[in-house]
Amino acid sequence: MLLEVEDLHVRYGNVEALHGINLQVRQGEIVTILGANGAGKTTTLHAISGLLRPAQGEIRFESRPIHKLPAHRLVGMGIAQAPEGRRIFGTLTVRENLDLGAFTRTDQVQVAETLQWIYQLFPVLAQRREQLAGTLSGGEQQMLAIGRALMARPRVLLLDEPSLGLAPLLVKTIFQTLWEINEAGVTIVLVEQNARAALKLAHRGYVMEVGRIVLEDRADALLANPEVRNAYLGGQAAGE
Amino acid sequence: MPASGISPISPIHSASPLVEEFLQQLTNGLAVGGIYALIALGYTMVYGVLKLINFAHGDLFTYGAYLGLTLLTSLALTDRLGFALGVLVLVLMVMGLVAVLGAILERAAYRPLRESPRLSAVVSALGASIFLQNTLMLIYGARFQVYPDDILPTATLNVLGLYVPLMRVLIVLASVGMMVALYLFIQKTRIGAAIRAAAIDQGAARLMGIDVNRVILLVFLLGPALGGVAGLMVGLYYGQVNFTMGWVYGMKAFTAAILGGIGNIPGAMVGGLLLGVIEALGAAYVSIAWKDAIAFVVLILILIVRPTGLLGERVADKI
Repeated sequence: MLLEVEDLHVRYGNVEALHGINLQVRQGEIVTILGANGAGKTTTLHAISGLLRPAQGEIRFESRPIHKLPAHRLVGMGIAQAPEGRRIFGTLTVRENLDLGAFTRTDQVQVAETLQWIYQLFPVLAQRREQLAGTLSGGEQQMLAIGRALMARPRVLLLDEPSLGLAPLLVKTIFQTLWEINEAGVTIVLVEQNARAALKLAHRGYVMEVGRIVLEDRADALLANPEVRNAYLGGQAAGE
Repeated sequence: MPASGISPISPIHSASPLVEEFLQQLTNGLAVGGIYALIALGYTMVYGVLKLINFAHGDLFTYGAYLGLTLLTSLALTDRLGFALGVLVLVLMVMGLVAVLGAILERAAYRPLRESPRLSAVVSALGASIFLQNTLMLIYGARFQVYPDDILPTATLNVLGLYVPLMRVLIVLASVGMMVALYLFIQKTRIGAAIRAAAIDQGAARLMGIDVNRVILLVFLLGPALGGVAGLMVGLYYGQVNFTMGWVYGMKAFTAAILGGIGNIPGAMVGGLLLGVIEALGAAYVSIAWKDAIAFVVLILILIVRPTGLLGERVADKI
């Protein structure tokens, strides 16, 4: 098991946001976490990345407990995140953003190879490398956020709502690239509100509701599940 | 022109006393401006990363001036090492010591309040300022302290025919040199990029593997180091220091940081130099009594006309 979350509780002050989450991610998988706003998806990713301290429970990466480590240590271990809202460094250039993604790496030769790989995945980033990241379009910023996370050459890539605010065609392009990234050996945990696109891409999925996991299954089974269809796929359970 | 015979080798000098007067004020303004800029960098770097005005920064500047005085007289560096090397060693010692003070300040006054409301940190900053100032007064007394004038060179330098005090030239060169070095460090190195990233978005910086606590510590080493040197420069330039001098210089430098755009490093440099020149020319041609008022009129004008400062906020982030 590459990544395990066991009985994870997270609190914001006195309010408990996660009430005991269990998740398993195997090497090479694409796992999606679905759920409405406020279900705790982003909180889960932040806890895995070390930005939030669990109040209770364990997070293990390659069987090592990591929930007590500070966020900056986890990147070097192989956990990278493209956060919700992209959070690119707008006043830095595209190239500087990508270089920062490789901040923890010292193997300059391989870093250059990773950069070439990212330019190949997202050719537009190569064209705009000297441009300030804040001047990119929304889709390009999302590509930059993903590319920046990949610069750490992670074992597992955490993605928080990569489709947010993007045109359907662009979502398709980005999800196609995510598949390519996974084919290259990167395990992916994908938090999404666009359940259809996410389930088509993923191997397995979890459904969260108000701080709990309520459903867990293979992605194709979740796609066919009437409850999931009703709640997250626009309620077309009978038709199609 | 009867005056033309005095200095046949200097075209500027002989050109006109008005031009000469102007150039003297300009170079004086650049020296004072360089000092403002060095202090302003400390405000702007801390603000950039923590969104906090470090009100104790002006006092660290004062510590630089006093430490410089003590080291200069007690170690007799210029006697032993000669003027150039002696001053260089003095500068490095003052930078190192004030940097350590800055780091202690961060640990003691700001880190415990990192998760608290902004106002708590501001109050802590003011408290630290009072503490530092009074400690200095208890040690040295409230009177002005005088830099020994037999150590300071009173030589003037002939720059293209303009006779400029050597110390003024050194201050301009040293402050500009340090600014260039800092700028290159921030723009061209990996650690510099980490500082810029942490200033934009601390959470995202942590997701890059950047230890934000170390970035903050670094900023509290660099800023006070530069502020401390500025204090030493004031001591060497004017020859006397006082335990409250950090207040006025701090406010001027803070104005300079706002003028350039708070949080913006080149902005603090431009703002400092500009403010120094405006002030010097204002004092010469308007009224010396208005010298301090001019700086704050500039502050008010910039806040009305361009609140982001001259170089503040170049690009807005798309959502």
